[in-house]
Amino acid sequence: MERHRPPLPRFRSPLRGPWLTSVFGAVLLAALPVVIVTGLLSYAAYGPQFGQAIPGDVGVLHLPWFDWPATPSWLYRLTQGLHVGLGLVLVPVVLAKLWSVAPKLFGWPPVRSPAQALERLSLLLLVGGILFEIVTGLLNIQYDYVFGFSFYAAHYVGAWVFLGAFVAHVALKLPHMVRGLRSRSLRRELRTPTAATRPEEPDPSGLVAPEPAAPTISRRGALALVGGGSLLVAVLTAGQTLGGPLRSLAVLLPRGRNSAAADGGPNDFPVNKTFGVTGIEPGAVGATWRLDLTGGGTLVRFDRDSLAAQPQHTATLPIACVEGWSTTQTWTGVRLRDLAALAGVPEPAGAVVRSLENGPFAQATLTSGQVLHPDALLALGVNGAPLSPDHGHPARVVVPALPGVHNTKWVRSIEFRSS
Amino acid sequence: MRHRFETLYGAGPGHLAVLLLGVAVAGYAASIVAGDPLWPWMAVWFVAAVVGHDGVLSPLAAAVDAVLRRLPHARPTTVNYLRVPALGAALTFLMFLPGIIRQGEPVVRGQTGLDQGPFLGRWLLLVAAMAAVSALVYGLRRLTRR
Repeated sequence: MERHRPPLPRFRSPLRGPWLTSVFGAVLLAALPVVIVTGLLSYAAYGPQFGQAIPGDVGVLHLPWFDWPATPSWLYRLTQGLHVGLGLVLVPVVLAKLWSVAPKLFGWPPVRSPAQALERLSLLLLVGGILFEIVTGLLNIQYDYVFGFSFYAAHYVGAWVFLGAFVAHVALKLPHMVRGLRSRSLRRELRTPTAATRPEEPDPSGLVAPEPAAPTISRRGALALVGGGSLLVAVLTAGQTLGGPLRSLAVLLPRGRNSAAADGGPNDFPVNKTFGVTGIEPGAVGATWRLDLTGGGTLVRFDRDSLAAQPQHTATLPIACVEGWSTTQTWTGVRLRDLAALAGVPEPAGAVVRSLENGPFAQATLTSGQVLHPDALLALGVNGAPLSPDHGHPARVVVPALPGVHNTKWVRSIEFRSS
Repeated sequence: MRHRFETLYGAGPGHLAVLLLGVAVAGYAASIVAGDPLWPWMAVWFVAAVVGHDGVLSPLAAAVDAVLRRLPHARPTTVNYLRVPALGAALTFLMFLPGIIRQGEPVVRGQTGLDQGPFLGRWLLLVAAMAAVSALVYGLRRLTRR
């Protein structure tokens, strides 16, 4: 069989071997479950029970149903910041792990048994799954919809394709990983310079090069290279979630160092959807704007002045988006629960908030817990000033821990549901 | 019986069960988008991600690395002063490609109110900074080793 081997690439790095692959595998085994669970939590946060999570029908492939809480206010900021931030930071580790097992891809003969054929199929799902999730995720956080299909549906399905293959891979490879990790001492590797770097012991896994080249980098150097790559990505991305001085380091992301207002004023923070692209007539948010409250039998209508005359509440809350970025601001407005009482539904089972805009996120359904939270607002102002058009003037919803896009802007009506 | 199974299949029944479960989950997940007219595109992107990595990017990276290694070097590890900034440039280029090549700009402008103009210049500055730091460290090492 070896005689019939086509001219496949030969791998000669003296660094490849079960130990190095196991180190990368251990990092991914510890971190990827966090990315997976926070991703599934994001689906739950969108409110699938109201039909507002995408894809709508996922069969049994979801976390147990529960109402997404409104406390703590930073919950979605944390979960989605972790999902996107950790996902980005792991990209160099995934690439390093794939580099370390590259010889297996070109193993000869390609298939020795039905067991190996099935395993290679599952590896296609594993590798395709993680790369598909990385590519679609990276494109989505940069608003590049070159792929044309629904990001939400594709990313969710891709996640489950990966998850199934990941669980199978861990089940089969965990003993190998443990053995690999035990085969060398991490402490000793961290003290070994390039000149003293030797190939790992020949092993049946096919990872160790049969004819290794002389080393040009030590194992500790390779680990530092991968860790440095992750650190670089962290420096370039963490600011979009953490804000503060770090935001100025996020120089390559849409929610990095600049925001649209660019005046240092109260409305100078990142925007999700500008007023200009909503198609809302500017007159509709002017003096003739009215807020309709329904659900209590009779329609209750407010203009902006009469809303501003209601008791105002101020809360410092984050807006945290599915793209992982967030921004914490101080919002002032009327409590949603006060509006519910004014509408004649003091104990609402939920509420539907509708915007003046059209489109898929022009309305959002809130749970009773979200409506009744003391910091859940119909905000009229931010940081002591009226909302700018881009931030939802005349009024927008701000609810603790709610995914950003459901904090409806340019609100037209709120329907409080009594059951 | 078990022996016969292992001879035919090539591994134990647990191996088969675990992998079938994984493939079944993938099939079930794929059925979620079976009604989506664009599901073939999703499948194309799925396969393209593997082919793009295994068939294009990895060989390309290996070829570039081979060229770097063949350059005349003072010592074998000198190649790392080229490798590290090159890998940093490639990683950031691939991860932040849409902004750098200004792809999807109308959506970015509509969503954020900002255009993608600054990204290419910032990325070039970042690459230059990584190269400069690498050169500086190399120079310092040469000096201190004499």
